[in-house]
Amino acid sequence: MDVKTQPLMSLKNISKTFGSYAALKDVSLEIHPGQVLCLLGDNGAGKSTLIKVLSGFHGPTSGDIEFDGEKVKFESPRDASGLGISTVHQFGGTFAMMSLGRSFFVGLEPTKGWGPFKRFDRKFANRVVVEQMQQMGITRVTDGDRLVGSLSGGERQVSAIGRAVYFGAKILILDEPTAALGVKEAAHVLRIIMQAKHRGIAVVLVTHNVSHALTVGDHFAVLIHGEKADDFAKGERTREQITDLMAGGEAMAELEAELASLTGTIKQVLD
Amino acid sequence: MLDKLKSIPRKPEFAAFVGAIFVYFFFLYFGWPIFPAVLVTAGWVNVAAELAIVALPIALVMIAGHLDLSVGANIAASAMTYALLGGHFGLPDWIALPAGLLTGTFFGFLNGVIITRIKLSSFIVTLGMSFFIRGLIFGVTKLIVSNVQQAHEPDQWVKDTIGGRIFLTFENAIYVAIVFSLVISWIMYRTKYGNWIWAIGGDEQSARAAGVPVEKTTIALFTASGFGAAVFGVTTVALYGSAQVSAGQDKVFFTIIAVVIGGVLLTGGYGSPIGVILGTITFAIVVTGVNSTDWGGDWSNLIIGILVLLAVLANNSYRKLAMSSVKRVKTNIAPKGSK
Repeated sequence: MDVKTQPLMSLKNISKTFGSYAALKDVSLEIHPGQVLCLLGDNGAGKSTLIKVLSGFHGPTSGDIEFDGEKVKFESPRDASGLGISTVHQFGGTFAMMSLGRSFFVGLEPTKGWGPFKRFDRKFANRVVVEQMQQMGITRVTDGDRLVGSLSGGERQVSAIGRAVYFGAKILILDEPTAALGVKEAAHVLRIIMQAKHRGIAVVLVTHNVSHALTVGDHFAVLIHGEKADDFAKGERTREQITDLMAGGEAMAELEAELASLTGTIKQVLD
Repeated sequence: MLDKLKSIPRKPEFAAFVGAIFVYFFFLYFGWPIFPAVLVTAGWVNVAAELAIVALPIALVMIAGHLDLSVGANIAASAMTYALLGGHFGLPDWIALPAGLLTGTFFGFLNGVIITRIKLSSFIVTLGMSFFIRGLIFGVTKLIVSNVQQAHEPDQWVKDTIGGRIFLTFENAIYVAIVFSLVISWIMYRTKYGNWIWAIGGDEQSARAAGVPVEKTTIALFTASGFGAAVFGVTTVALYGSAQVSAGQDKVFFTIIAVVIGGVLLTGGYGSPIGVILGTITFAIVVTGVNSTDWGGDWSNLIIGILVLLAVLANNSYRKLAMSSVKRVKTNIAPKGSK
């Protein structure tokens, strides 16, 4: 990997504790523009906490965050989004009962008119959302008044990414975007991730699907029990090495032995 | 054009519209010839107008995913403040009436602050607040006038405005309800605040992440709810010339019923002002219409109960219709310009 590129954002020795529970221990990461950083880890490894630190929901207990080479402190998610850090959650845009046009612009509503007659520009919102959806390959959407809930999971995920890109995200944090999706829809989402990357956006992809990570990732970090267990560039590890690492190698061996003994007993019973 | 027509059943107010038409013709048939009379019509229009003043702000609270169970007590508190200051202490109405309005508005604001600061469910906060307010006005009223009610003869300008009647039958509250309807429809359909309210009800976390000032908006909504109750409270004094400590108790549930009939989802995130207006009309037609029938008012609660259950069922199916409405055509998944 090109070491000379300046990281857009870097975490230095970040720890986060909740009471006596240490969710993150001394984690350092670099996020580069135009690259996909994959955060891998089992459930409870600290991925969600790390995202929340990145997106300003939680302040770190210790450690520094640098953005564009300068130390920053997020008081709220608003501070982070002000810098162009945009988070898309698993169910991507959860306003199922809002129209596409309205939900696309929540918090950043286009208005026309002045003073007390300043009003939400529904026509503009609907036109933009349809344009964006078409560009993102969701061609069946032609009416911005449709409810978000009428989209499939993959389409909602794609449109949420499209929203972040439209509003000029510099860092796109994707929390398990493909977890609930079928193969075709996941492929669609991965393709949109690649598009975002080629636009120079820094993508942080949180997933426990190693195949998806290997497909789009440039750089990988594996979290285990809140600690960064490994950190490597594309091609430096095999799929098996990564899977073993994520599951915790020893635990996997134990499980295999246990399963072997179980099938053994079943065989004995059958015999 | 056809597309527009097809989308009508998907609007949140559609079920409420069908419901209002249905109950009107239902009572036109069973209540003939009494129901269409001017006096009976005025009866249900008045009930609908009074209810709408309280229900419309509550509808916004409910669209944002909260409940307000303190409106009943707020109505009594505002009415009693106005009646005590005007009737007992003899203050002029230009002081007593705004003080009444301020009382309910303040308690609404307090609800909002407690709910957003302590992050407790609005159900339990407003329930507690309801008892708190009612206990407070009961104690204060007993202490001052040794009674549970207070008469007040409103000034002429009050009688001519909110206390007035059109053709001696229709209340001026109808005008107030129309103003409320217009303002709230404007907010919901035409401003970004409407968008915020729907988003908060849809998913508070995501709304906050998208930059919506969730706390401020929530406080504003509860304040508005308190204001609606206060307007209704002072209106009752203006109309009937007295205030009771126990006033407004039935309004807590009537408003929720009207709002739900109007298509607002109890969990928030869905609903429309037009639907709520239709919901108050439907509710008003049922409670007044049943007295025009042969079987009489004894059955009105039963009919309301059936109506609520039907409304919930209808809303549920209409919502599903709205969510699943895009035709499944074979889509080309590849985005434009990708290789």
